[in-house]
Amino acid sequence: MNWNRKDLIAIQDLQPEEIVHILDTALTFEEVGQRDVKKVPALRGKTMVNLFIEPSTRTRTSFELAAHRLSADVVNIMATASSITKGETLKDTALNLQALHADIIVIRHSSAGAAKFLADRLNVSVINAGDGAHEHPTQALLDAFTIRQKKGRIAGLNVTILGDILYSRVARSNIHLLTKLGARVTLAGPSTLVPRVFEQMGCRVCYDIEEAIADADVINLLRIQHERQRQTMFPSIGEYAAIFGLTKERFARTKPDALIMHPGPINRGVEIDSDLADCKRSVILQQVSHGLAVRMAVLYLCAGAQPAEEAA
Amino acid sequence: MDRALTRMAHEIVERSEDMGKIVLVGIQGGGVRLAQRLAAKLQEILGKPVPCGMLDITMHRDDLSLRKKPPVARQTNITFDVTGKHIIFVDDVLYTGRSTRAAMSEITDFGRPARIQLAVLVDRGHRELPIRADYVGKNIPTSKEQKVRVLAEEVVVE
Repeated sequence: MNWNRKDLIAIQDLQPEEIVHILDTALTFEEVGQRDVKKVPALRGKTMVNLFIEPSTRTRTSFELAAHRLSADVVNIMATASSITKGETLKDTALNLQALHADIIVIRHSSAGAAKFLADRLNVSVINAGDGAHEHPTQALLDAFTIRQKKGRIAGLNVTILGDILYSRVARSNIHLLTKLGARVTLAGPSTLVPRVFEQMGCRVCYDIEEAIADADVINLLRIQHERQRQTMFPSIGEYAAIFGLTKERFARTKPDALIMHPGPINRGVEIDSDLADCKRSVILQQVSHGLAVRMAVLYLCAGAQPAEEAA
Repeated sequence: MDRALTRMAHEIVERSEDMGKIVLVGIQGGGVRLAQRLAAKLQEILGKPVPCGMLDITMHRDDLSLRKKPPVARQTNITFDVTGKHIIFVDDVLYTGRSTRAAMSEITDFGRPARIQLAVLVDRGHRELPIRADYVGKNIPTSKEQKVRVLAEEVVVE
């Protein structure tokens, strides 16, 4: 398998073999994370810029740590503390970063397509850390890595994604990845947040939580995104929890080896019972650890070698 | 090849003061199987097992950014504590010496070995660094344009 991309924009663009290659490479980095010296010199001398136009703590920290462990230098730029508030366009900000000889730009933006916009215009590697409701590829990759670690495979598994699908880039990236690798995906939640149109992506859409999780091998819970939500999507948080929350009673009726996943941050008592979040079958914190290995793999693959056009 | 490995195993035993400290580390990819075979030979001679690990040096290479494509990373498996040990790196071909340099800097991330030695099946010359092998299966003079391939057949040794 040869990796030829300088950017990672969307899971939708990737071939199944490319996805598997990232997951295999991440295994190497998972091992590095267990050493005494958790650092390798693979990206020594490279500079990564975290360009976060939309706030994020865990993804940014994860990318930052991943870069440190590859010996790259890291600069963080937050929207609130940058020239973006002074009216500079995204393209100009990025061109300035490129002029400072940055090698990798990790971008989080509230508009879908922002990462692709930059990737098409810059020579540096662009990694999408979430663009609007479009994609969040590294989250889907770390979810897949966790499923592979726990279940040994992805093909043939039943994965249920529960909650706010409509506004979720995590859901979209996960749907693309899981269907490409042969899993059966079920989406469930209030009909306002899980429109039937998702069936066109090859998923089953289901409005009864009991039915949706009955034969699931993996239950991936998504947070209700207050910041993207309009008031009219469902009557109240309490009602959502009562009808779609993963309660102990509901979880007791699932397969005995079903896993609980959640991209975080979790709202205890809303999409998941507090006790369930801490139970043995919850792999929420392992997802966070795996995120580091997966992001190291992505940075290594996209920026580890010379860009194709220069090397040619 | 079997005779060369047997001779190397005997040389290792002959030259080491404390066999209890010896550990073999195969360099991915050609060195791993050789290290396992050498470990089996040492066990035959000594009557007790010799620890054997594997090291992937991809992340420590100095030519990463010169390549057009990122090389595939492989498994590293060092299950023992290397501090105070006499490590013997095992590789199939010794050429520029850059793999050995990368292996040396990587192994120090796991601890501080008392000594590091190098065993190679083939030494083809053209060193670019001040590195030499301690145990050599065969010296094969080559030109830089040539390629050396080590073809090994898996034989079950009882």
